[in-house]
Amino acid sequence: MSAEPDGPEDRLRRFTTIWSRAVYPVTSTSLTRAEFEQRLLPLARRLSELLRAHGFDADGAKAVGAALVGAHCTDPEALARTLDCVDAYLVLYCAGDGPQDEPRIRCSRLQHAMAAGYAEALRRRTLAEQESIAQAALRAQGVVAQALHASEARFRAVFEGAAIGVGIADLDGHVLQANQALLRMFGLSEQTLRGRRVQDWVHPEDAPQTWKLYDELVRGEREHYHLEKAFNRPDGTVLWTNLTVSLLRDADGSPQYQLALMEDTTERRLLNLRLRYEATHDALTGLPNRTLFFERLEKVLNAGEGQRFGLCYLDLDGFKTVNDSLGHAAGDRLLVEVADRLQSCATAPGEMVARLGGDEFVALTTGPGTARKVDELAERIMNALITPISIDGRDLMVRGSLGIVEGPAGERTAAEVLRSADITMYRAKSAGGNRSELADPEADARAITRHGLTTALPTALERGEFFIEYQPLVHLGDGSVRGAEALVRWLHPQHGVLGPDRFIPLAEHTGLIVPLGRWVLEESIRQARAWRERHGEDAAAGPLRINVNLSPCQLSHPGLVQDTVDILERAGVAPDALCLEVTESALIGADDDLLKPLHRFAEMGVDIALDDFGTGYSNLANLRRLPVRILKLDRSFTRGMQQFPADPVDLKIVEGIVSLAHSLDLAVTVEGVETGAQAEQLRILGCDTAQGWYYARPGPPERLHDLALVDATG
Amino acid sequence: MERPAWAPRSIDISVPSVSRIYDYYLGGSHNFEVDREAARKAMEFMPGLPKIMQANRAFMRRAVRFAAGEGITQFLDIGSGIPTFGNAHEVAQAAVPGARVVYVDHDPVAVAHSQAVLAGNDAADVVAADLRKPKEILSSPEVERLIDLNRPVALLLVAILHFVEDADDPYGAVAELRDALAPGSLLILTHASYEGIPVPAERAEGAVDVYKDIRNPLIMRSRDEIARFFEGYDMVEPGLVPMPHWRPESAPEDEDPFAFSGFAGVGRTA
Repeated sequence: MSAEPDGPEDRLRRFTTIWSRAVYPVTSTSLTRAEFEQRLLPLARRLSELLRAHGFDADGAKAVGAALVGAHCTDPEALARTLDCVDAYLVLYCAGDGPQDEPRIRCSRLQHAMAAGYAEALRRRTLAEQESIAQAALRAQGVVAQALHASEARFRAVFEGAAIGVGIADLDGHVLQANQALLRMFGLSEQTLRGRRVQDWVHPEDAPQTWKLYDELVRGEREHYHLEKAFNRPDGTVLWTNLTVSLLRDADGSPQYQLALMEDTTERRLLNLRLRYEATHDALTGLPNRTLFFERLEKVLNAGEGQRFGLCYLDLDGFKTVNDSLGHAAGDRLLVEVADRLQSCATAPGEMVARLGGDEFVALTTGPGTARKVDELAERIMNALITPISIDGRDLMVRGSLGIVEGPAGERTAAEVLRSADITMYRAKSAGGNRSELADPEADARAITRHGLTTALPTALERGEFFIEYQPLVHLGDGSVRGAEALVRWLHPQHGVLGPDRFIPLAEHTGLIVPLGRWVLEESIRQARAWRERHGEDAAAGPLRINVNLSPCQLSHPGLVQDTVDILERAGVAPDALCLEVTESALIGADDDLLKPLHRFAEMGVDIALDDFGTGYSNLANLRRLPVRILKLDRSFTRGMQQFPADPVDLKIVEGIVSLAHSLDLAVTVEGVETGAQAEQLRILGCDTAQGWYYARPGPPERLHDLALVDATG
Repeated sequence: MERPAWAPRSIDISVPSVSRIYDYYLGGSHNFEVDREAARKAMEFMPGLPKIMQANRAFMRRAVRFAAGEGITQFLDIGSGIPTFGNAHEVAQAAVPGARVVYVDHDPVAVAHSQAVLAGNDAADVVAADLRKPKEILSSPEVERLIDLNRPVALLLVAILHFVEDADDPYGAVAELRDALAPGSLLILTHASYEGIPVPAERAEGAVDVYKDIRNPLIMRSRDEIARFFEGYDMVEPGLVPMPHWRPESAPEDEDPFAFSGFAGVGRTA
């Protein structure tokens, strides 16, 4: 729109420019100055009209004031500058010519109305904006609250639905909240539980540190603790839990609540207890078993200085017979009855009876005065067995062998103590049973050595630790060497050379005597052949013979005869080069079966010698049915001839035996000849052959060779 | 216990907010006393702060119109704050009817307010997200609904990057956004700086400290540091300049001296 210079339009624009320049610096509009001025132009025009209008239009002026706010002139300074501008220039630029009084008055009134309109608009806008930002803040908070609510709902679901018990209490111990799982475990309603305090749940089975940990936690010195804890339920049962308690702190880190998480372990615990009971008790008798007994014994032995213990080890005599003859069921009932009786013997505190297995029982006593107490305990046990036990209408006499060990704690292990008791019990048993023996270190040591030798025997044979020495048998008539007795020795790696008395009984006990005996036979026959090869058949009194000892065990072994035949054949040695020595006692009460192999040997041409004759009860009548060719007189008969003059009774006995033997066509060999006088005396009495230190001690086979040579050349 | 990812941070309106302070500088009443108190404190050091904000608004207005003139119809305004008046969508939709505008802010109150303002405006929306996580912005349903990333976009980062500390890698975020934009897109950016402030730097630091106190530190960067945000962009004439010098529509000499604080620029992706 073009404006005529200094015309009304031009004047209006000049007013607008002045107005805009005054106000623009205090606005916060993003419009340019020119744009802002364009924005003011219609307002200026309106003011001009209102100035010149017939009547005063207050609302019109108010609208102009409000429009300023609409143009973002929210700084009140903009109003001040606007009013200054209107006051100074509106009448001047817009009133036109003519009297100015009327427009002046009108201008003042317009300003009042503009100010009111501006204030009203600014107030409305301010309130609206405050309202809108407050609403926005509320909505934003609402979103957060909703999310928090959702999160809380999730947590509540987790809390309520958790399978483990969850409870929250304040630091004074008042229970604030508990979930369903916890209520179920405790068997309490929420109301009842909420009235409780954590400290009320003291239980006799609480671990010692339980409440110390609790106090540390509520004082803020500990973040959490974990333990097993028992609680009493209202129905009187006990709830066992795996309990974890954590300290909850607020945002500033000060302790606020305690959180308990608990898992019901009652059933698992019962199961564990049952398993533990089953693992530590004997199913048949209900007595503690070996495991529990060892635990107890170890505890006692580790109890420290000044503590003592006493132990009785009982093994029933002849229990195997009961089992074998009456059956295992009867045997079991017997054991149950014995267990009951033993149980009643262990009455004092610290006493315990256990079944180690089979028919072996132990009783343990501890505390002061065990030396006396263990004796009394042993006596009670032996007395308890006196009354017969009635099984299936039969009264069974029960006897037992008891080994007693008593001593201080801290010196021996449980295994050592039990071994001592076991050895002692065996001593009681070897002494005939139905008695008790007190442990003795020397006897223990012997037994332990014997045990060591027994277990070492099989490997000793494999490793070739055995060797044989030979003791010559000399003809009393001409002094010639007629043969030798093979005597087995053990070159033990630790104990050195051991004689047969040390290990033959052990070998007989374990059955090793059979392979060992075979080995001795093989070796000896091999040796016999070697001698024969060297001397041929040319020795004055025939070939050298070999005497080998046979144990009762070997005698009852079915392969004995065949083995011997095989060995002889393999070595190419005639049976008459072999003499088997059997002890008189081995044949006591021997039946025909036992004698059969001896008859076979005799038939083959192997000589049988009756060893140690005169030490048994020398059933002379028996001699007739035995296939014996030689009697070997025990050294006890010849001992009396070592002195001079010889014991006349011994002389008479030997004379009688020789005469009897010769009349039965038996040869007589004497053992233990140590002096020339003895030898001479025996020769006079008619003995045929002799062996002893007088001639030679047992030695290696070469020595015998030398003797034989001397004999041959002399 | 760590706050679960799905539970938002609580809103504390007793803590000043930079977007409400900005509104106060622009003469608005979308603010609370805490905001006004902080704003007045900063103004004790730099009384012309409102003029800087006003210059920002004026630059944004010119730049959006420029973009519209370049044929751009999609606008992504990150750090939009509380749109008192003269907002991007008003300017853009005045210039190009139907222009699409997505505002982004991490202040939940600003977002709620924008939602109220934009109610009924189908071509504009707001996303609650953070400039430091560009992926969340680009993959938001609002951006997917309104912005076609295969066509040029005007990305507005007006008075926001100076609130992102180097530790949060603002350059990486800007580059990630750039890589998502189609060729011909524009970056419209302003940034605070000690350069151009008409008061001694010590006084300006007083204002900076106020922002530090309200836990929204103001990172003043040099022109060179600000220029690095345009890596990968060709600068639109006249380049990176004080706000009144960017394609002025009225004589820069008439501007308040505070309006020359900081820098503004527009870049175009190749």
